[in-house]
Amino acid sequence: MGISVILLVMLGLTVAGYLLGTRQALVVTGHNPHQLHSLPSYHGLYLASWVLLPALIVMAIWLIAEPHVAELRLVANLPDGFSQRSFDEQRLLIGDIQARALGGIVSGALDPAFQAAGEAYAGTLAASRWVMIAVMLALMVGGGLIALRQVRPDMRARNRVEKTASVIMIVASTIAIMTTVGIIFSLLFETGRFFSKVPITEFLFGTQWSPQIALRADQVGSSGAFGAIPLFAGTLLITLIAMCVAVPIGLFSAIYMSEYAGKRVRASAKPVLEILAGVPTVVYGFFAALTVAPFFRNTGESIGLTVSSESALAAGIVMGIMIIPFVSSLSDDVMNAVPQSLRDGAYALGATKAETVRQVILPAALPGIVGSVLLAVSRAVGETMIVVMAAGLAANLTANPLEAVTTVTVQIVTLLVGDQEFDSAKTLAAFALGLTLFFVTLCLNVIALNVVRKYREKYD
Amino acid sequence: MQEVQETMTDSGTVSTPGTAGARAENPAALANEKPVKIKSRDVNVFYGEAHALKHVDLDIRQHEVTSLIGPSGCGKSTYLRCINRMNDVIDGCRVEGSIEMDGEDVYDPKLDVVQLRARVGMVFQKPNPFPKSIYDNIAYGPRIHGIGSTKSEMDEIVQGSLQRAGLWEEVKDRMDTPGTGLSGGQQQRLCIARAIAVNPEVILMDEPCSALDPIATAKIEELIDELRQNFTIVIVTHSMQQAARVSQRTAFFHLGILVETDETEQIFTNPKDQRTQDYITGRFG
Repeated sequence: MGISVILLVMLGLTVAGYLLGTRQALVVTGHNPHQLHSLPSYHGLYLASWVLLPALIVMAIWLIAEPHVAELRLVANLPDGFSQRSFDEQRLLIGDIQARALGGIVSGALDPAFQAAGEAYAGTLAASRWVMIAVMLALMVGGGLIALRQVRPDMRARNRVEKTASVIMIVASTIAIMTTVGIIFSLLFETGRFFSKVPITEFLFGTQWSPQIALRADQVGSSGAFGAIPLFAGTLLITLIAMCVAVPIGLFSAIYMSEYAGKRVRASAKPVLEILAGVPTVVYGFFAALTVAPFFRNTGESIGLTVSSESALAAGIVMGIMIIPFVSSLSDDVMNAVPQSLRDGAYALGATKAETVRQVILPAALPGIVGSVLLAVSRAVGETMIVVMAAGLAANLTANPLEAVTTVTVQIVTLLVGDQEFDSAKTLAAFALGLTLFFVTLCLNVIALNVVRKYREKYD
Repeated sequence: MQEVQETMTDSGTVSTPGTAGARAENPAALANEKPVKIKSRDVNVFYGEAHALKHVDLDIRQHEVTSLIGPSGCGKSTYLRCINRMNDVIDGCRVEGSIEMDGEDVYDPKLDVVQLRARVGMVFQKPNPFPKSIYDNIAYGPRIHGIGSTKSEMDEIVQGSLQRAGLWEEVKDRMDTPGTGLSGGQQQRLCIARAIAVNPEVILMDEPCSALDPIATAKIEELIDELRQNFTIVIVTHSMQQAARVSQRTAFFHLGILVETDETEQIFTNPKDQRTQDYITGRFG
């Protein structure tokens, strides 16, 4: 019986439990619900949670533990010769036995002794599944009966249901937080392994990036270099170009929308601008690679400049267009939050609209604008698809926007694409880069959110 | 700009009644009646379809405090905001009729609204100092109008305005601190100082004390009485006691209509209209 069938049965029983609880609450009061402490539906929910939750928890634990327990039993059944083998051989053999027993692909012929152990293993798994179903059914029926007997007029079902709901929410948020923490620890752990192969000073301060590992000692270009400075510089250059596009355009459109545009223009223009944020980045990517970059190269050639066909300029400008809405939308919001009374005060003194914007609105909204720009920067630093498609792969250390540069995100992608061994310095470098990127964007976000929050408090 | 400044100095310092223009407009002025500064005829204001102000004829006399009273939504603030054209910035607001200041039509398309607002200052209901230093708050107006080009001139203007607003002694040691850090009453006097720093001829006050405690209110009222020497003041107020205390002339608005206008004493002791009588005796509003 598959897991999905089990889940369907559980769902059915839970609904039945709910209906039963609701009905029972009415029955015990002789169809006079006013005597109840809690509404009948709470009794139903209480009964349903008794049916569902214990069985669900047991099932989760069972499914996690089942393969490990079965494997332990398998190993115990194996002939004596097994424990003399090396660890890698043991793992390989167990894999083969499991695959044979469950109908997968096997690397070679198996010893009859192992064959027998494999059959026992498959039997164990099947038995375990049936035992689990039996236990769960027992739990659901038992839980339901316990709860059913508790249905009395003075039973505080509402309070208990509320308590259960809050526990479920705590569990949900804990899962989300623990996932984040898990990602951070995985990054930290793998980065630690990388730094045991490559010194941290070389990674942070080296100016050579050529992440390859020699297969043979006499191979051409066998010496890998893991200096990440060219990647940081490339990321910085492209981000800088992007901000040069996004900040003026975003800011001016925000000023226009919040101060000059009429209500109707604003109501239609703002969503249109925000659509820019909804365009998939891969679309921007091929736009940059197929339209903008060739245009810059041709224009450059016609005026005698050497422009790389994967120039930082093209990637930066397209990325800038992508993050315009981040700047404009947030800045527009903070400028709208500046009280009308300040505008009135300036107008009443005879200030023109431009003077009011420049001398009153912008200074008052500055912290919020800075916050929005920082958020846009962190978005630009972490942006991947546009630069993968439009920026180069060569790690040039240059400040010339017409040359090809590469970024941290591009290198992470190229390091991990294709068949790789996951313990070489080459692949582990991706984790170090990822951690650096994570750290930078986290800092930018924290600063930006703090700046924005500080501003918000000002007029409350 | 030079020209504007000169006319401002004229009207700011002359305390005997009458500029030539105003006298010509008002030949019937009695000896004890001051000349008319602002003359409104058949003023109508519409917010979209709503007719907010209906056929208002009102004379505001120079170097007097004129108070506009009436229940909420009666159009008194709307009228006030017509004088310096603050209604221009409201979407869908339309003003008809004529408002003349010293014989010049305020709504003349050729008139520069920036210069009008330099001549007509305004103080709002809620103190609205800019989030800048006290000094910069006062210097803001003179700077945008190009008054006080040197540092010492500007210092003088700032000090003079704060002194006239009765705030100098309280803030002289902390001119660099933000104006938003002052107390409510101080902020409102800062806003008055900010308005008089550009040396206007008229100051409009839109319920300037409604957000203040009684002591701060008393200070502002005292200040209004002093400012009357040099400025023409129009004040919107909800407090009839305040109107009686500070103003020489009172106009009563009701449902967008100017019901009655007369000397303050007359309005409060011997109103001609029944609605005025009902309002000041507290029967509605």
